[in-house]
Amino acid sequence: MSALLEAQSVSMTTSGAILVDAVSLQIGAGEMVAIVGPNGAGKSTLLRMLSGDLRPSRGTIRLRQRDLSAYGPRELAQHRAMLSQHVNVSFPFTVEEIVSMGAGESPRAVTRALVAAALDEVALAHFRFRQLPTLSGGEQQRAHFARVLVQLACGEALHGPGLLLLDEPTSSLDLRHQIDLVETARRRAARGTAVIAILHDLNLAMRFADRILLLHRGRLAVDGDRAAAMQADMLRKVFEIDATIGHTGGGVPFLLPQTMRPADKAT
Amino acid sequence: MSVLAERRTRATQRRSGMSLRPAATLVLLCLIAALAASALVALTVGAAGIPLARLPAALGLWTDGMANPLLARDQLVVWSIRIPRIAAAAMVGGLLALSGTIMQGLFRNPLADPALVGVSSGGAFAAAVAIVFTDSHLGESLRFLQHQLLPIAAFAGSLITTVVLYGIASRGGRTSIAIFLLAGLAIAAIANAGIGVLVFVADDHQLRDITFWMLGSLSGATWSKLTALAPVLAIALITCLWIARGLDVLVLGEAEAFHSGVDVERLKRISIVLVSAMTGVAVSVCGVVGFVGIVVPHLLRLVVGPSHRLLLPASALLGAILLVGADTVARTIVAPAEMPIGILTAAIGAPFFLAMLLRQRGLVSL
Repeated sequence: MSALLEAQSVSMTTSGAILVDAVSLQIGAGEMVAIVGPNGAGKSTLLRMLSGDLRPSRGTIRLRQRDLSAYGPRELAQHRAMLSQHVNVSFPFTVEEIVSMGAGESPRAVTRALVAAALDEVALAHFRFRQLPTLSGGEQQRAHFARVLVQLACGEALHGPGLLLLDEPTSSLDLRHQIDLVETARRRAARGTAVIAILHDLNLAMRFADRILLLHRGRLAVDGDRAAAMQADMLRKVFEIDATIGHTGGGVPFLLPQTMRPADKAT
Repeated sequence: MSVLAERRTRATQRRSGMSLRPAATLVLLCLIAALAASALVALTVGAAGIPLARLPAALGLWTDGMANPLLARDQLVVWSIRIPRIAAAAMVGGLLALSGTIMQGLFRNPLADPALVGVSSGGAFAAAVAIVFTDSHLGESLRFLQHQLLPIAAFAGSLITTVVLYGIASRGGRTSIAIFLLAGLAIAAIANAGIGVLVFVADDHQLRDITFWMLGSLSGATWSKLTALAPVLAIALITCLWIARGLDVLVLGEAEAFHSGVDVERLKRISIVLVSAMTGVAVSVCGVVGFVGIVVPHLLRLVVGPSHRLLLPASALLGAILLVGADTVARTIVAPAEMPIGILTAAIGAPFFLAMLLRQRGLVSL
C-alpha cells in the first residue's frame, strides 16, 4: 500500500540556523506515530511543515501522492486536521461554538451531531454552553481536541480517513485525560486515520505509538518501533539522561529516569 | 420539557456562567425598531422644531386638513437638511461600527478601533493633502474633482496606515496587543503632525476645511455625499456575511485558522481593504469620529455573543443608532450652535475605553 503522507529530505532553515535537516519519512493509513526529542530538536517545525503551515526550505512533502503546496487551505483541511500547541481565544465564544468551527460549512444538523459526539468523547458535554476562556487550560485543550475531531470526521465523510497531527496534545492534561486522549487517537487510527503526535512523555509515547520518530538536533535519529527508540545509549545521547528501562506485562517498554547529567559528563 | 422547567434550566445556566444567545432575528428586529425610533426623534428636534403632528405633512405623506403656514419651511428643513443628515449619520455610524468590529476580529483584540490606532488620522491626513493640493495652483485643474477626490484620498490614506500597522504589529502569525496599540499611537502622531504642517501652510479657506476634519461634524451632509457612503456600506454589508465565518475561526490564531481551512491571507487582505474603504469614506464625509467602533461591538458581544454572523449586521445597526442619537444631541445641546460630533463620541467613548482597559488589566497582561 502506498503511503498517505510522504516527506523527502525535508529541511527548514531560518536566518542561517538549520531547524530541520533532511528528514525523510512515510506514514501509511492507520499508523500511529509519535515524534519525540529534546527541546529545540525541530519537532514542532517538522509537524508544521507536514501540516502545510510552513513551506520547507528544501525537499518535498506529498499527501495522497499530491504535493502539499498544490492544496488550497479549505481542501487541505478536508484531508488533514491539526491541533496546535497553544491556542488562545480572546473573545467569549462558548465551547460548543468553538468545537463547531471544526465543521466548516457543513449543514447545521450534521454539525450538531458531530459536535455532540466529539464533546462526549472528550467528556466536556456538560460545559458546552460555558465560555471557553473561563475554562481551565486542560479543559480548553480538550475542547480544541474535540474541534479537531469534528474537522477530521467532516473530512473523513468526504475523502475517507485522513491525517491527524497533534502538537503536544497532552501538555496541560492530567493523567486520566492524557490516557483518554491517546485512546481516542488510537480509536481513530484503528478506523484508518494516520496519526502523528509530538509527545514529551516517553512512557506515554510508548503506550501511544506503533512507531517512534526520535529527532535530535533537526535530524531523524531513530525511525522505528518502540524497542528501537528505547535504547539506553540512545536516550543518553539524545536526552542526556540515564534511565532504567523496564517492560510492562504486555511487553511495552517504560523508563525511569535516574540522573540528570550535564552534557560534558554525558559520555 | 415544560416551559417552567426550561425557564429554571436557563436561570441555572445563567448563574453558572453559561452563555445563552438571544435569537438573531429578534435582535435585528429590535435594533431596526430602535433605529427607526431614533430617526423619528432626530427628524422632529433641532433648531427648527417640527412637532410629530406636523411631520407627516412635511414628509409629504398626508395632510391633516389644517392649513399649516409653516409647511413650506418644514418641507425644506426635512428634505434638504434633516433627512440627508440623519441618513449620513446612520451610514457613517454603521461604517465606523463595522470597521471597528472587523478590525477587532482581524487583530483578535477587543481594543482595536480605526480612530484609536491612527487609521482615521491617516485618512484625514490624506484628505487634508487633497484639500490643500486641489486648492493650490498646482492642482487647479483638478479642483472640479475635489468632491470625488476626497473619499479616494481618505481611503488611500487609511489603507496605507492599516497595512503599515498590520506589518508592524504582526509577526509570525501573532499580533502583540501592546505593539499594536503603541504603533497605532505613533502612526496617529505622525499623521497628526502632517495635518499640523498642512494647517500651518494653509490659507484661511483651506484652514476652515481642514479644521472640519479634525473635529468631525455631520453638518456638511448633503444628498450627494450620501451617494459616496451608500455603495461602500452596501458592499461592506454583503462582504461581511461572506467573511463572517473566517473572522470567527481567526479567533483561534492565524495558524489554527489555516489548519481549519480558512484562506487566512485572503481574509486578511479583504478585511484590510474593507476597513480602509469604510473608514476612509466615513472620514471624508464627517471627519474623525472616534470610539464608535470600540463601544458598539463590545456592548453587542455581551448580548449576542462574539459570532460575527450576527455581530456584524447588529454592529452596523447599533452604530447607526448611536451616531443618529449622538448627532441629535450634538446639534441641540448647545443650540443654536453645534457641537462637533467627534468631541461628543470621544467624551462618551474614552471613559468607556478606560473602563474596558481596567477590566482587561485583571484578566490578561498586555
